[in-house]
Amino acid sequence: MDKINLKKLINAREVSLFIVLILFGIFIQLRNPAFGTPKNINNMLINYSTTMVLAIGMMSVLLIGGIDISIGSILAFAGMVSALVIRDNPDTSVFVAIMIAVIVGGLCGLINGLVIAKGGVPPIIATMGSMNILRGLTYLVANNEWVAAYQINEGFKKFAMSKYLSFGLINNLIFIAFVIALVAYCFLKYTRLGRKIYAVGNNAQAAEISGINISRIKILVYTLMGILAGLSGALWVSLYASAQGDMGMGIEMDVIAACVIGGVSLAGGRGSVVGVLLGAITIAMLGNGLPLIGVSQFSLDAIKGAIIVLTVILNVLLQRQKLKNSLRRREI
Amino acid sequence: MNKETKRVLIAETTFSWKKFFLKWEWFLVLIFIGINIMNSFISPYYLSVSGLLSATSSFLEKAFIVLPMVFILIMGDIDISVGSVVALSAVIMGESYNRLGLPMGLAIIICLLVGALCGFINGFILIKFKELAPMIVTLGTQILYRGIATMILKDQASTGLTSITWFSNLYWGSIFGIPYMLIVFIVFAVIFGYILHKTNFGRYLYAIGSNETAAHFSGVEVDKVRLITFTLTGLFSAVTAVFLASRMGSVRPNIAVGYELEAISMVVLGGISSAGGKGNFIGAIISIFIIGLLRYGLGLINIPSQVMLVVIGSLLILAVLIPQLNLGKYFRRKQGVVKEA
Repeated sequence: MDKINLKKLINAREVSLFIVLILFGIFIQLRNPAFGTPKNINNMLINYSTTMVLAIGMMSVLLIGGIDISIGSILAFAGMVSALVIRDNPDTSVFVAIMIAVIVGGLCGLINGLVIAKGGVPPIIATMGSMNILRGLTYLVANNEWVAAYQINEGFKKFAMSKYLSFGLINNLIFIAFVIALVAYCFLKYTRLGRKIYAVGNNAQAAEISGINISRIKILVYTLMGILAGLSGALWVSLYASAQGDMGMGIEMDVIAACVIGGVSLAGGRGSVVGVLLGAITIAMLGNGLPLIGVSQFSLDAIKGAIIVLTVILNVLLQRQKLKNSLRRREI
Repeated sequence: MNKETKRVLIAETTFSWKKFFLKWEWFLVLIFIGINIMNSFISPYYLSVSGLLSATSSFLEKAFIVLPMVFILIMGDIDISVGSVVALSAVIMGESYNRLGLPMGLAIIICLLVGALCGFINGFILIKFKELAPMIVTLGTQILYRGIATMILKDQASTGLTSITWFSNLYWGSIFGIPYMLIVFIVFAVIFGYILHKTNFGRYLYAIGSNETAAHFSGVEVDKVRLITFTLTGLFSAVTAVFLASRMGSVRPNIAVGYELEAISMVVLGGISSAGGKGNFIGAIISIFIIGLLRYGLGLINIPSQVMLVVIGSLLILAVLIPQLNLGKYFRRKQGVVKEA
């Protein structure tokens, strides 16, 4: 019979992160009671739902040891294309608008994947290139104009404000984020393809020898990332009821930060959906909570940067400790 | 060693005209000439001494970052925090002149020190925590450094730097018609080229880029080399900051966004492998001028800056992609040798 190992449970990263989050929440709550109200928490989750969706995609990219810094631009490009379609065809349904963004994003991701897997271009170079190409294209397709709120149909604007997907339980955006998290959890944990992603990240050579087609996995992962970025683009347009050329700029930093805080190893092979979700909630609490306790808006980036740097260092230290412990156990 | 390898090895060591002209640098020279022809069609004043000098000044302040970035990429690392280092050191320079009332000379020294410190921190984290990839560390410090700059200046600008004549002369001034900046750049380019190709330090960079473990066991002080290189990158980002501030006369926290992309594009287009261990300094110098003059020429005919984003992004990807696509037998043979060795 499996006994639940209490020590192991406490040592698990997700649990310690959860405890830190609760303490942080209590701290903010004591300084400003407006934080813990259901309305504020609801708003916070809605505003950061795109970050959650993107973080789940980014996790799968990081799992194979890659990185994708073009997601902000994919988000903007896909969101802009779908907003332009809505502007020109006011009777576009919500589903079609979202599907357009998803397809555009998926194609962008596919191109990234092909360049990286078939062209042998390092992920950071390839996505840095596509980040700029797509950002430029976003401005160009829109002719340097915005798509303003009055040009977007009511149904699409209401999508981000209503709860009909979950039959009135929670907001649509939060619902989508959690459904994607759930699907990703099952996909990575229980399907053959999901396990292959972990295998490639852990040891690409071993994975290749055991018959996994690495370049196919790479293309798949970057395409998935593109699809999720495209979806986020549509959600973003719906949430802010407008599409601008500079939307989502720099969001890749938030997303990578969420993954790093959630314990995803940038060397690949290590990370869990639960951790990433908690990481995204950490980012959300920082962005939403710190201004509530009087931290200047201008200091947020410095704090975020410091947290990323410190967390990656902390991750390394924890990992070293773990290795040391397991070595010690072996000696006895 | 089989027959084929032997034959190729002989071909590698003996001089052949075919090999000499198949170098990436000649390809760059061709593009360079093409861009100059294009520019001279666009503007009739382009092909004059003053026209060429003003075209060169339009991008040269960024080129100071490229010099140490060549070292970084040859070592197989990457530094994407350079744009933020430029912003932070420029903001601190502006504020120590404006708010603290320090003399400008001292402010410049502080700026250079801040830049070097930023680079030192990057390098220090990397050598203390070897498990971390340079990409993620500099990604974090990229946010951190610009964040600190934003914290200092908020949404304000530090202005009034034009009132010091000698300071604005750094960018705008010239001697015998040659801008000071160009002279400084040539001096540093020669020094960096010399270090890379003629000194032990340069050989160490190649050694680390080709095989870090092997370099370590052959007695290369990998940590020291890495720390020095990253500190140099920070320092030269600050040099860029000085010239940029001299050019604009004021600094804001959001200057120099995307400089890392341009610097890395210039290096990669210069034929320096981002995997490390390969590349030639002269290639990077040519590609500084290619990208700079391309941007200048497109600016002349009012091509929007968004198109420039697309062009530079495509150049970056293509510069890495094309050599990978096995163009001709030459590249294929070379790869075969590497694998067998």
